[in-house]
Amino acid sequence: MTVMSGDIMYEILNKKSYARNTIINIRIEAAEIAKKCQPGEFVIVRVNDKGERIPLTIADNDEVAGTITLVFQIIGKTTALLASLEKGAFIKDLVGPLGTPVDIKKYNKKILAVGGGTGIAVLHHIAKGYQSAGNKVISIVGAKTQSYLIMKQEMEDFSEKTFVCTDDGTEGHHGFVTQILQKELEENAANYEMVIAIGPVVMMEACCKITKTFNMKTMVSLNPIMVDGTGMCGACRVSIDGKTRFACVHGPQFDGHKVDFPLLLKRQTTYLEDERISLFKSIK
Amino acid sequence: MFNQIEPKYIKYGSYLHLYCPHCKKTLNIEKKEDKYIHINIIYKGKSGYLNLSPYLNIFEVESDLPLKEGDILDDVICPHCKNSLLVKDHPCDDCKTPEVAEFIVSAFSKLIPFYICTKYGCTWHGLTKRDEKIIKIKIPRQDMIEQDPKLRIFNFNEVPYGYSSELAVIEASRCMQCTNPKCIEGCPVAIDIPEFIRLVHEEKFVEAARKIKETNALPAITGRVCPQETQCEAKCILGLYDEPVAIGRLERFVADFERNTNAVEIPPKKKPTNKKVAIVGSGPAGLTVAADLVQLGHGVTIFEALHEPGGVLTYGIPDFRLPQKIVTSEMNYLKNLGVKIILNSIIGKLYTVDELLNKMGFDAIFIAVGAGLPIFMNIEGENLNNIFSANEYLTRINLMQAYKFPDYDTPAPRARKVAVMGGGNVTMDCARTALRMGAEESVVIYRRSEKEMPARNEEIHHAVEEGVKFEFLTNPIKYIGNDKGFITEIECIRMRLGEPDQSGRRRPIPIDGSNIVFDFDMAVIAIGAGPNPIILDSTPDLPLNKWGYIIANDKTGKTKKEKVWSGGDIVTGAATVISAMGAGKQAAKSIDEFLRNKK
Repeated sequence: MTVMSGDIMYEILNKKSYARNTIINIRIEAAEIAKKCQPGEFVIVRVNDKGERIPLTIADNDEVAGTITLVFQIIGKTTALLASLEKGAFIKDLVGPLGTPVDIKKYNKKILAVGGGTGIAVLHHIAKGYQSAGNKVISIVGAKTQSYLIMKQEMEDFSEKTFVCTDDGTEGHHGFVTQILQKELEENAANYEMVIAIGPVVMMEACCKITKTFNMKTMVSLNPIMVDGTGMCGACRVSIDGKTRFACVHGPQFDGHKVDFPLLLKRQTTYLEDERISLFKSIK
Repeated sequence: MFNQIEPKYIKYGSYLHLYCPHCKKTLNIEKKEDKYIHINIIYKGKSGYLNLSPYLNIFEVESDLPLKEGDILDDVICPHCKNSLLVKDHPCDDCKTPEVAEFIVSAFSKLIPFYICTKYGCTWHGLTKRDEKIIKIKIPRQDMIEQDPKLRIFNFNEVPYGYSSELAVIEASRCMQCTNPKCIEGCPVAIDIPEFIRLVHEEKFVEAARKIKETNALPAITGRVCPQETQCEAKCILGLYDEPVAIGRLERFVADFERNTNAVEIPPKKKPTNKKVAIVGSGPAGLTVAADLVQLGHGVTIFEALHEPGGVLTYGIPDFRLPQKIVTSEMNYLKNLGVKIILNSIIGKLYTVDELLNKMGFDAIFIAVGAGLPIFMNIEGENLNNIFSANEYLTRINLMQAYKFPDYDTPAPRARKVAVMGGGNVTMDCARTALRMGAEESVVIYRRSEKEMPARNEEIHHAVEEGVKFEFLTNPIKYIGNDKGFITEIECIRMRLGEPDQSGRRRPIPIDGSNIVFDFDMAVIAIGAGPNPIILDSTPDLPLNKWGYIIANDKTGKTKKEKVWSGGDIVTGAATVISAMGAGKQAAKSIDEFLRNKK
């Protein structure tokens, strides 16, 4: 991309899907963002002229090829529209990188990375960042069933060890990531510097409850509703240690022990009805 | 009756604007394509009307009375104030009929008496020798026709329709063409106001628009959103003993006229200087700098964070106050001037200021990112659902066009009872938007009294007309919600006014025990905005003041960082569109000097 070339186009170079086509992985040409983005940052995507702006965390970047990878689950109209774009199609607007990157340091102890569902995509970029900085990473990844388990291979590639679990036992441990987390901390808590837990809100909340008992530092990545993603609107307010913070500029990563998870869950339901109408209309 | 006039005074065929000398109201009327001068008459004891052609020397008369040539009218009456227009001591110069009717005509930027003989068919009318002495006559300030408040709360169309050419000429005739005009001093961008109004009066509307564009590239916008009543119109000398000339409405009219008649032309540019300037933010300040510098021959690139250019003009000001199509056409004008606008580019994240200067080869940077950080009150329950910052509410509805949901994808906040906190223009915008989004009740909650409200009178007036309610001297202290996390009630406390504070306004003091709980299912917090930290955090060597705004010279906009200028809300804190444009003008001048002196 050259700055002076007028309209910048964001082409989809590659598309993969998981979980019976409900989770999509796209690689997009965005050289400047690929060059600048750091683990933990996100982009805002707008699919077409009438589209809404949605935040998607960057799952990977390739500085040399000038691409970024986004992984998302189809949950509403916009994600469905984005999923409908095939290789070679263009995304109308792509803004980023946004958010505060994770402050990655080299620690003597290991990093325990816990991911659930599409959260594994977000976790992947951050955990890989820690690994590249010289840290040893142990991963726990989970999904409801084997076909919904994404990026297992990519996680295994850089993790010293990867635990896998599924809610129905179709792969790995039969149960939740929290059970493995509990067990691992009971056995080896002293080996770990911190836990990174990224996934559905309930999973992150449950992980934080466990790590709290071990007094283990825990990083979570929050996904509230956003509009502009630049700190301008305040739609993404979250409560951290009783103080209001904007996930888009102060986050989206926060100290999990300070996050008000019930508030986040409630705020995510603001437009539940509108989202249903929008998706229903687009299906019709 | 309407036949000849000495050509040295008014050209044959000219369109005449006649006024009643008593009530000063216009006698010109328009019915679809037809234009008349409409007067009431009495003939043989019967009253009726007479419609004369307003074009000089075109004899075209319509009446409901059976008039024939040679009849002398008993009386000529103003249809507005019902006063007789006859003057007794002034016989007709031609047929010596003892009485003629006196009118006021606007001509040569002046208002002068104009006579018409009362004998039907008499050829004489016009000006007499004694009219050479100019008489100052009061014409009332002309109002714009507006959409009915009962209807407009169901749409997002603009409220005023603007002047017709006739009304614009009448209003322009009120300008006294002062030899030492004060209005220009009141204008932050120093538009040559008397000159453009003179051109309007001569019906040279396009020339008038070009005259404004010499100093202000965006007249269609400033004509709508400037607080003229505290700027140019506050200084208007006519305003000392009458209402000031409606400068803003005239500005808006000529800009619209130029655009609607496709007369917009790209002014000639100076020869390229091969210097490049980066502008951060495409709001009013950034656009002004861009327009000025590009016309001086510099290469100009604007970086905009959002997916549409315009800044607050696009995301903040609602369509009913500033239609998006006007912003778009002004943007196109800038693009045609040669300004490059790069969207979706966040300076501070995608590129830093230093990268723009050192790696990307820009010779100067103007930072105009505005006050893009919403201020909340930090009270209990503020994070309940359906409590929005004004920025979020307006961005959803204006920028994302959520009012067209579900045709557009962004969900629209809707509620039955909406409270809007604050007292500024943005507060009014939110309260009026809420009505258009279907709220049964829209209430402004302001901690001071009506007198201290910073909103423009026109905005308050429009809000009241539309049915917005006000709770003055009231401040929210707690938001109460249901188990699903949605707001249901607001607990407020009543206030009284104490001593004036630093802003000169009386400080509100809570009255103990005056707590009151209102039912609301939505709240919008419109109490102001602060500096957005993204660009500031990534430019640590840019000195800020104690409120976090950029420190810049108030005459030149130069910051303490080399090659970096700044202006608009990021320097002053939240202010007006035109003050941002004024800052842009000064900075453009300073940047131009810098670039020209540079080797």
